[in-house]
Amino acid sequence: MNKQPLFHISKRKALKWYQSWTIRGVAIILALLLCAVVTTAMTGENPLEVYKSIWEGAFGTLRKTWILMQNIAILLCVSLAVTPAFKMRFWNIGGEGQVLVGGLATAACMILLGDKLPGWLLIVIMTLAAIVAGGIWGAIPAIFKAKWKTNETLFTLMMNYVAIQLVAFFVIVWEVPKGAGKIGIINQTTEAGWLPVIGGQKYLLNILIVAILTVAMYVYLKYSKHGYEISVVGESERTARYVGIKVDKVIIRTMILSGALCGVAGLLLVGGTDHTITTTSANGRGFTAVLVSWLAKFNPIVMILTSFLLEFLGRGASEISTTFGLNHAFGDILTGIILFFIIGSEFFITYQVHFRRAARKEAENV
Amino acid sequence: MDNKIAAVKMRNITKTFGTVVANDRVWLDIYKGEILALLGENGSGKTTLMNMLSGIYFPDEGQIFIDDKEVVIRSPKDAYRYGIGMIHQHFKLVDVLTATENIVLGLKEKGRLNLEAARKKVREICDAYGFDVDPDQKIYDMSVSQKQTVEIVKALYRGADILILDEPTAVLTPQETQKLFAVLRNMRDDGKAIVIITHKMHEVEELSDRVAVLRRGHFVGDMVTANTNAQEMTNMMVGHPVVLNIDRPQPVDPKPRIEVKGLTVRSEDGIIKLEDVSFTARSGEILGIAGISGCGQKELLEAIAGLQPTEGGSICYINDDGSREELLGKDPLKIADMGVTLSFVPEDRLGMGLVGSMDLTDNMMLRSFRKGRSIFANRRAPKAVAEKVVKDLEVNPPSVSTPVRRLSGGNVQKVLVGREISLAPTVLLTAYAVRGLDINSSYTIYDLINQQKKDGVAVIYVGEDLDVLLELSDRILVLCGGKVSGIVDGPGATKEQVGLMMTKLGGGSDE
Amino acid sequence: MFDFVSFIPRAVVQSIPLLYGATGETLTEKSGNLNLGIPGIMYVGGICGVIGAFLYEQSVTPETMNGVLAIGIPMAASLLGSFLMGLLYCFLTVTLRANQNVTGLAITTFGVGFGNFFGGSLIKLTDAEVPSIALSATSAYFSKALPIAESTGWFGKIFLSYGFLAYLAIAIALIASYVLGHTRTGLHLRAVGESPATADAAGINITRYKYFATCLGSMIAGLGGLYYVMDYACGVWSNDAFGDRGWLAIALVIFTIWRPNVGVLSSIFFGGLYILYLFIPSGMNLAVKELYKMLPYVVTIIVLIITSMRNKREDQPPESLGLAYFREER
Repeated sequence: MNKQPLFHISKRKALKWYQSWTIRGVAIILALLLCAVVTTAMTGENPLEVYKSIWEGAFGTLRKTWILMQNIAILLCVSLAVTPAFKMRFWNIGGEGQVLVGGLATAACMILLGDKLPGWLLIVIMTLAAIVAGGIWGAIPAIFKAKWKTNETLFTLMMNYVAIQLVAFFVIVWEVPKGAGKIGIINQTTEAGWLPVIGGQKYLLNILIVAILTVAMYVYLKYSKHGYEISVVGESERTARYVGIKVDKVIIRTMILSGALCGVAGLLLVGGTDHTITTTSANGRGFTAVLVSWLAKFNPIVMILTSFLLEFLGRGASEISTTFGLNHAFGDILTGIILFFIIGSEFFITYQVHFRRAARKEAENV
Repeated sequence: MDNKIAAVKMRNITKTFGTVVANDRVWLDIYKGEILALLGENGSGKTTLMNMLSGIYFPDEGQIFIDDKEVVIRSPKDAYRYGIGMIHQHFKLVDVLTATENIVLGLKEKGRLNLEAARKKVREICDAYGFDVDPDQKIYDMSVSQKQTVEIVKALYRGADILILDEPTAVLTPQETQKLFAVLRNMRDDGKAIVIITHKMHEVEELSDRVAVLRRGHFVGDMVTANTNAQEMTNMMVGHPVVLNIDRPQPVDPKPRIEVKGLTVRSEDGIIKLEDVSFTARSGEILGIAGISGCGQKELLEAIAGLQPTEGGSICYINDDGSREELLGKDPLKIADMGVTLSFVPEDRLGMGLVGSMDLTDNMMLRSFRKGRSIFANRRAPKAVAEKVVKDLEVNPPSVSTPVRRLSGGNVQKVLVGREISLAPTVLLTAYAVRGLDINSSYTIYDLINQQKKDGVAVIYVGEDLDVLLELSDRILVLCGGKVSGIVDGPGATKEQVGLMMTKLGGGSDE
Repeated sequence: MFDFVSFIPRAVVQSIPLLYGATGETLTEKSGNLNLGIPGIMYVGGICGVIGAFLYEQSVTPETMNGVLAIGIPMAASLLGSFLMGLLYCFLTVTLRANQNVTGLAITTFGVGFGNFFGGSLIKLTDAEVPSIALSATSAYFSKALPIAESTGWFGKIFLSYGFLAYLAIAIALIASYVLGHTRTGLHLRAVGESPATADAAGINITRYKYFATCLGSMIAGLGGLYYVMDYACGVWSNDAFGDRGWLAIALVIFTIWRPNVGVLSSIFFGGLYILYLFIPSGMNLAVKELYKMLPYVVTIIVLIITSMRNKREDQPPESLGLAYFREER
């Protein structure tokens, strides 16, 4: 019997949650080890020093900690936004564009209405505008998907670039001063349309809003009728039709929700922290959100953890780059390596590898 | 029979999937020039065993001998090298390629791809055994029986000497089945070894020379077909004596319930699927629908259930007090809102009736989640229904939190039928309710349907096994190419009569 | 009058990276892998070529440079780099059966980071004033056009004025098209992408074909990055300059309904759209130019919608695109 294949793969029964998290943990540790080797090779530094600076990049000072939290909040907000679409098997990788148009609508309100309306009314209108703009951006691919099954992955991807060019257009229209090619801080003196600062912390409001959204999304997906419809449509459109769920309606409704939440992320970015808009305001979060959501298996609560992980690594990696005089892009390399390990580790959670000898031994023991 | 030469010997074959032992130390011999029927209930491991011969699975333990030499079959390619060809239940054909392209797929002939030569060889094979295949037709344009033919030609093209067919007749008409059997007999006489996996007794008796029986992964025994009978084989399959008769209680107070008039349905590509179909289904009665697969059965049921856009005609629901309501043009939601409780057990259980990855509770919820004004879905009531179904219908494993995909075929169907019946319907539509089910599960389903009939439900039963249709139905409507070719009374109808009506409009019908 | 003689060559040079990317991605998608890592892989292909050229230029003086080595070393480095990225993608999605969208996005993150990191480091090493590396000596070899291009007027300008990588791109696209349509390998590859279970049952080694097509596709796409730096950008690497051409290449795959031969002309059309804003007179209104830059994306969306509405069986993506294959699935 020595002609058997060397090993053989089979599907596992579902693992307990702590077993699967152990596997992921091991993967992250291995990834960090490899990152250390790579970093040491590049810099000749002691890896422990490197990790110390990662930690310091994230939590080194109170300010850094707040920035980290703020970044997590925005990333989490975008991830929450794309999640209902993913549960419906609608690959919305257009978060980037949806965030941007939300931010653009916010900026438009701030610039055009800044001195015409009382502060509170302006903020209400900004919020509505961001939600509507994001919603429309999400609805467009959804309508075509629902009616003609147009491939949404590519549609939403293209919509990102349309949004970027739209922002580029308005940046030039509104540029201050003329010829600067950027808008600069909007309403710097009047602070009109700036989201209020609460508790003396610039970022606290954003963090609280996203925390509430996280719980709301968890409840929405898990307990609401809409959430149930989303799952049914995602698993099988035919089943959904069979029980009288209007699939088209669910797809469009869910994508409006998805886009609108991205719009909210745009609002928080432009109205809450940046007070300006550029073509890179979304900063790739629409793509990172796909990873956050997928790594968390579309569970909003777990997404707190995964968005923390990715932002922590991102902040830490950029700290390494500055501390050791490496180019900023080094952070992307490290993030990439860690992602590869986490992505790879899912295999060991879903499947089991039996090696020939081990299998025979098992058989003998039985 | 002493001079038989074994083409294949399987010894001590064991295969497990997780904790499920699909085959446990199975011994099986397959002889040249013989048709072997491999018999067993669903889940008895027939297909798994054959998949190990064709290289789809690899055995955990055991040995396989081809022509008395031990071989290792690691892939389908290895299988072909040893002359083993398998026709799977789900055809392994690429839809966008032509018949010829599919046939030469995977071959490692020398030189560049020569489709012209391949086409010629395909035609030769077709002529030799009497197949009818257009080598340049795309698979997605073909009927089921044509696809099967392509599969068989493909195996022969590769020089298969050992041909395995997994439930080949499930999708064929009686006429097509006869044609297939004739071809198989030709091949047997040509010295090829043929294995047919089935659980239809009359086919075993008609076609096979020898029969081998598997039960729960174990080899139970084999015998010469001529020396046995259906009852003995069934007992071996099930492991205890089984009564093979289906009960047909007298209809209770039949009253017209659904009246279909002039129903016409066109598919998305503009092909007529149903044409001018008219009939009445009565309460307390089972109306069987017979016909070759793909003759409009699916469209008929889906039209009644509000899932199929129609072109013309009417579907009337008649209340107990005689008032009539039009169902045509309404979707399932509107039909339910009208107070009509219509249950539908569709053909595609996991793809349409249930959601495979959800547990029993969530699947029960499919029908009830809209109840109530709250934006939140109520899970308590569906859970109770799930528990009741599990208990009443003996679903295994008895847990309401198992994803239904993990259940066996029979249990999946019990869950689906259980849910549909729990709605207390006045009309029950079922499509191929026992397809792929083993004998025990099938009888559970027949009993459930009969129970509904006794409760005064109008049952419409679309079936493929004529023997069952004849025994179960009070009346049988026969469809042929989307038209009604006649309606006959169940008691007294014969298989020949109905079979003829299935292929010829009005043929054999006295009406 | 619209100046076609200067417009077309510029459209063509824009189109070549897209054509490489699209041909590579088409091969990959035909095997059922949706590789969203192509944008990153094109960065890697570009930077590896730059590293190769940089090391070679550093080791010799301009006078002793050998044409074969000057082209061969960067090209080999580029091919190796993108091959390794393709291998990584395959290992994760085929062997470990990871989600293809997620893996692709991670590869793109990594690849773009890799390109910018090494680009940045090399820039530092050269102590340049500007944030870019110029490898003009190597570039001269890559962008050398046929000598008769100068003397044949508009004809030479439109058809003969390009470096050899441009013609190679067209040749590869045509060869890929022939292989897919008329050879056994192509037939098998299509079967793998349409229905891996069927191909498997027919004895085709799914894993091998997926690896083969995806790695080859990555290498072809990587050449697009190489062409961009060495020919189009005259050997100047600056970070993020390659931009979103990788995504445009993926869009082009749909635009060409999975046919590399259609890609030759469509990519030029795309390249034209990409630079059309430079040729449309808009006076001082810079903002409007930004709107013109939307064109390629809007056109892709329109094509996407039209093909989905026509819903022709032959024009659909490979049936199993995006799905991992596991033989014992049950």
